[in-house]
Amino acid sequence: MIVEFGHFALILALGVSVVQASVPMLGARRGHPGLMAAATPAAVALLGLVGCAFLALMHAYVVSDFSVLNVVKNSHSLKPFLYKLTGVWGNHEGSMLLWILVLALFGAIVGVFGRNLPPALKARTLAVQGLIAFGFLLFTVLTSNPFTRVPDPPAEGQGLNPLLQDPGLAFHPPMLYTGYVGFSIVFAFAVAALIEGRVDAAWARWVRPWTLLAWCFLTAGIALGSWWAYYELGWGGWWFWDPVENASFLPWLTGTALLHSAIVVERREALKTWTILLAIVTFAMSLIGTFLVRSGVLTSVHAFATDPDRGVFILALLVAAIGGGFGLYAWRAPQLKGGGVFAPVSREGALVLNNLFLTAGAATVFLGTLYPLALEALGGGKVSVGPPYFNATFIPLMLPMLAALGVGPMLGWKRGDLRGALQRLTAAFVLAAACAVALAVVLGGRGMLGVLALALAVWLGASVVVELAERLGVRRGGPATWWRRAKGLPRAGWGMSLAHLGLAVAITGMAASTLWERDYIGPVEPGQPVEVGGYTFTFHGVTTVAGANWTAQQGRFTVTADGEEIAVLKPGRRHFIVSGDTTTETAIATRPLGDLFAAIREQREGEGYTARLFFKPLVTWIWVGGLLMVAGGIVSLSDRRLRVGAPARPRRRQARGAAWRGA
Amino acid sequence: MAALLAVLLVVALPLSAPARLDDPELRDRARELFQEMRCVVCQSEPIATSNAEMAADMRELIRDQLRAGKSNAEIKAYLRRRYGDYVLLKPPVQPTTYVLWYGPAGIIILGLIGVAIFLRRMRARWRVEADAAHAAHEETTRGAGSRRDG
Repeated sequence: MIVEFGHFALILALGVSVVQASVPMLGARRGHPGLMAAATPAAVALLGLVGCAFLALMHAYVVSDFSVLNVVKNSHSLKPFLYKLTGVWGNHEGSMLLWILVLALFGAIVGVFGRNLPPALKARTLAVQGLIAFGFLLFTVLTSNPFTRVPDPPAEGQGLNPLLQDPGLAFHPPMLYTGYVGFSIVFAFAVAALIEGRVDAAWARWVRPWTLLAWCFLTAGIALGSWWAYYELGWGGWWFWDPVENASFLPWLTGTALLHSAIVVERREALKTWTILLAIVTFAMSLIGTFLVRSGVLTSVHAFATDPDRGVFILALLVAAIGGGFGLYAWRAPQLKGGGVFAPVSREGALVLNNLFLTAGAATVFLGTLYPLALEALGGGKVSVGPPYFNATFIPLMLPMLAALGVGPMLGWKRGDLRGALQRLTAAFVLAAACAVALAVVLGGRGMLGVLALALAVWLGASVVVELAERLGVRRGGPATWWRRAKGLPRAGWGMSLAHLGLAVAITGMAASTLWERDYIGPVEPGQPVEVGGYTFTFHGVTTVAGANWTAQQGRFTVTADGEEIAVLKPGRRHFIVSGDTTTETAIATRPLGDLFAAIREQREGEGYTARLFFKPLVTWIWVGGLLMVAGGIVSLSDRRLRVGAPARPRRRQARGAAWRGA
Repeated sequence: MAALLAVLLVVALPLSAPARLDDPELRDRARELFQEMRCVVCQSEPIATSNAEMAADMRELIRDQLRAGKSNAEIKAYLRRRYGDYVLLKPPVQPTTYVLWYGPAGIIILGLIGVAIFLRRMRARWRVEADAAHAAHEETTRGAGSRRDG
């Protein structure tokens, strides 16, 4: 009964989305306040209905209702409670429902908290949001219905994939989806602005927090996914340039560009049409990401062609949203009035450069990800595009951006003093250059790209410190003044420093873990020490351990450095009794200098063990850097200028704005 | 990623005993080659990390070739003859991949030209406006105040 209730709510939601998409749009066109005001109740009703549907599905999972096909396929009564809940979105149908839930939630937030948005802009934004919801609801109801019953309910479910029973993976998709869907709001604002024919600072003040919010979630989602791959897969890698990973990286790259160009619109009313275009592109990338992962096109172009229902539907959605967005852009963007002007050497100019490199990087990843599919579809044969390609194309594009990133925040708005900025950064430059030379000598010319990346990370980190010190007035005054100034600095400025520092930290981790990684992959004998990067791993055999629904073969390694035992690692392989799956349980000990990492596998019955032993210097810095970036985003989001609904106090804002010289 | 793992688990597990290469230099070369070869039955995975039987066979093949004194290029060519372009994670530069390989350079060059044009126009507008502002400034304040937003 509850399942039917949820099903019914979902179909009702489809109807409500039609109302939300049409009535406010009509109202905005006719200037009819009553019709425009319908947007908010419609958005709230949509949230209520989709929420009901989602809860109904969750209930079916919790009580293990095996009369529902989706539950049969993806759940099992023996699953731990947490994974019954997270199993709701661990599959195609449920994840679409989650997508729509987040969409409806964001729409309702805009409706309820957007009281001081111009009524027409709000009505149009919510209408576009309703249109997107309509597309996805239609897709779900027609091709991916999570509430389908089975005529002959089995006694037990089939879904006990142990790999999915992991906190890293359980919370990775909601993070990514929240990011993707957050960009849908930005898209809706962009389309609404195009229809209105007006883009101004007030518009950017609404767009920027949503972009930031989406970006924070996307960054956290990508970091979480990468961390999961690192500790769960047992290969010691953290990024594989896998198409599924690239699918989330693409909107991140364009979203980061958008985040920065929206600053220029807000501060200077310049780059308006470009920002609108980026908003459309970023949402397009989010949709393409969903399409790539959900249509099965990645497994094979042919798989997509033989089971076309879903794929063709998503493709049609994609074409409608992207084509509609670009069409509208081509038609209306030329009518947008140009805004503020600036000298090429200025903060704005630096942000243009940032956008150039980020979008070129996104284009490269896009090319590398979709080229094999396109080539095969066109009959050009099968090629593989893997990490060596991206290392050769993407990384060289990012390095000059890092170099520029150190200088950008030192330039003033409208017109900057490049020579002065460089002079103020002399110390940072000397430090980075010294690092580069020292590393090149130590490594004897090996891994020059890594050395360059490390030096640039040092340069960036030092520049952030210098820039912050200048804002705090470290050269003038004592600690009391610094403290007073630190409190007075806008949070957006702090956010920028934190996020940029996070990038420097993450790049340090990436470069260092690549440059100085040491490994041993091969057989291990009990009692025989193996030397890896100055650490001695000694294998002590394997014991069998039993868990709730698995048995594991667990190896034991002691690790010594300079004769002193510093860690015990217990990697193993878990064998799940019901499903018959086996998972790798890596053992990782994080040390100040880096991670000690062990994974183990039995060669053949009774033939001894093979181990992968790694020393990965500073690898955790990658995720610490990601966390810092997210923290920067959150701090910036808490700036009262950007707080949702904050533009209520214009006078105070102006006062703060005048004192504000950060990003 | 999850799908990849599911595939991996199904095809995984039985492993032949890895016959390690004794020469550390050959071992480094083997590792490098393993990273550049795709496991042809897996979903975008190099043979270096794959647990598939196929990948183990391919690794063994490469070790044999290394022992026989073949160069990296010869080994890559051999595997390419055997499995097609698909096996190379770094696709060969040939007419069908020109767009792939030269695309990024083209994009950044076009982007730089576009940005240069944009900034030139912006500079022209900026000069006009700055002159006007300067004139107005001179006119009204006669140097009394200082510009706050430079």
